[in-house]
Amino acid sequence: MSMVTNSLLLQAVIDPQGPIAFWPWLAFTGVKLLVFFTIYMLGVAYLTLAERKISAWIQHRHGPNRVGPNGFFQPLADGVKNFLKEETLPPYVNKAMFILAPMMAFIPALTIWCVIPWGASWASPWGRVDMVLADLPIGFLFTIAVASLGVYGIVLAGWASNNKYALLGGLRSSAQMVSYEISMGMALIPVLLFAGNVTLRSIVDQQAQMHLWNVLTLSIAFLVYLISAFAETNRLPFDLPEAESELITGYHTEYSAMKFSLFFIAEYANMATQSAMIATLFFGGWDIPFMTADNTGAVSFPLVLLSMAIMMAKTLFFLFFYIWIRWTLPRFRYDQLMSLGWKVLLPLALAYIVIVATLMLVLDAAGIDRGLVYGLIFLGVNAVLLGLFFVFLDRGKIVSPANAPLHAEELKRLRGITASRARLSALSGD
Amino acid sequence: MSDFFYRVHFYLFGLIAIASALAFVTRKSPVAAALWLVNTMFSLAALYVMLDAHFIGAIQVLVYAGAIMVVFLFVLMLLNLGHPNEISDIRGTWGRVAAGFVGLAILAQVMALAGSVAPKALVQPAGAAAESLRELNAVGTIAKPLFEEHLLAFELTSILLLVAIVGAVILGKRRAS
Repeated sequence: MSMVTNSLLLQAVIDPQGPIAFWPWLAFTGVKLLVFFTIYMLGVAYLTLAERKISAWIQHRHGPNRVGPNGFFQPLADGVKNFLKEETLPPYVNKAMFILAPMMAFIPALTIWCVIPWGASWASPWGRVDMVLADLPIGFLFTIAVASLGVYGIVLAGWASNNKYALLGGLRSSAQMVSYEISMGMALIPVLLFAGNVTLRSIVDQQAQMHLWNVLTLSIAFLVYLISAFAETNRLPFDLPEAESELITGYHTEYSAMKFSLFFIAEYANMATQSAMIATLFFGGWDIPFMTADNTGAVSFPLVLLSMAIMMAKTLFFLFFYIWIRWTLPRFRYDQLMSLGWKVLLPLALAYIVIVATLMLVLDAAGIDRGLVYGLIFLGVNAVLLGLFFVFLDRGKIVSPANAPLHAEELKRLRGITASRARLSALSGD
Repeated sequence: MSDFFYRVHFYLFGLIAIASALAFVTRKSPVAAALWLVNTMFSLAALYVMLDAHFIGAIQVLVYAGAIMVVFLFVLMLLNLGHPNEISDIRGTWGRVAAGFVGLAILAQVMALAGSVAPKALVQPAGAAAESLRELNAVGTIAKPLFEEHLLAFELTSILLLVAIVGAVILGKRRAS
């Protein structure tokens, strides 16, 4: 309570950069909670529309365009439909877990949203207001820990449904998510080595300080993280838990109405969360490019809004990327998924940790401070590594069409194919 | 005020942990039991965070609740374990009574330990945890002693784990005929 009296006494001389008092903090937290989660829930609802519109665009169709102008109210109509549909509860299901599973799939994605920093701190008349709901000292570990719980929803849905396809989907998801969680965590260790701390704020600050985004200085870690993030969210090309051609729809075969829909919302919520994480960890987060005014502690409100818009744009780009990939790549086979995770991504991430740590030791010993030069050296090394990566670990070696790597001649023939229509029709004419 | 909140949360998570642990040992269905264990670990993680051990709390959720228990569930779902009464380790009335006594003995030991005074070297001055959190951040608080004072023990532990993994792989591998 002493904080409150302090704030009353010091009202005339409050430092806009200083910590905020209790009651304004509570009020701002309430406002932030409402704004962030309203945007989140609306965004997730409209992601379903975005997915259908973008897929239509990619496939040269119209997409939903009946409800509202250009199909704008389609998510609303879908929501109403899902609420009004009959809730089925098949016999022989484990009732408690059948009902619990959709919630357990959804809640982790929502929870992570709390720790993502959305903008520069605002130097308000009441003190510094951080544009994050909870600035945890373990921010980043919290996100991995909570994300790892998302698997329970899917596993339990599969098990509780008492259906062999659902169970297979659930088992696939648990194996898949546990496998890719490891390479995901390992891919983030170079980011932590750079930041020297685990709070998401420090990761954003470090990228601003180096004037280079982590995607440039730690490219391989970014690639491993990106692939793992697709696997963690069960999106194509890794949507094995619900592979329609094999498992009907996998873990949510027995679900109907809003419970079914909740799995979809969970998938989109996970995508949104992962996109925001990628933007924060590898693309500078809310940091405004080519500007240092936003990195000097708390800033004015327009600047805060600008930084939030930048963070939002980055997140939206990765959401688009998720959808883009879904309508571009076919699904992996299960053994390919496992061999990619364990035999390629994990060793790659581990080797990369050694390379980054060694290089950091060398550069620190050489007395180069963690600025632009440091980043540029890393950029050069990563360019070389990426070149090696693409030359030596290309398609025939990473994911082969069969268990064994491709035969050399077959590989040569496949590489010779250009995707132009004339060439392909000539091939089929043989 | 903050002391009040602390107390409320301590008892809340403590009660959840104990209730879930009881549910864990009494459930007949292995999957339900495993889920109650997850709940216990979750509340323990909350208690760790309340003791300023943020890192341990996160790792508790990440490793135990997020990875190990998922693998447990995976195995439980794959194995068709049959009737719960047949897979129980403890059978018969006398077995249960004996198990109850062992449990009470362990409880008594814990109570006795809780009442005793810890050696001075183990007691941190008030506010030390918050101080080291500010200075070394959440991970450094663990990493500094682990990699400076207890490096040998840490490396030996990792070798032990490696040996266990190699052993599991060899045991799990089918003999070449």
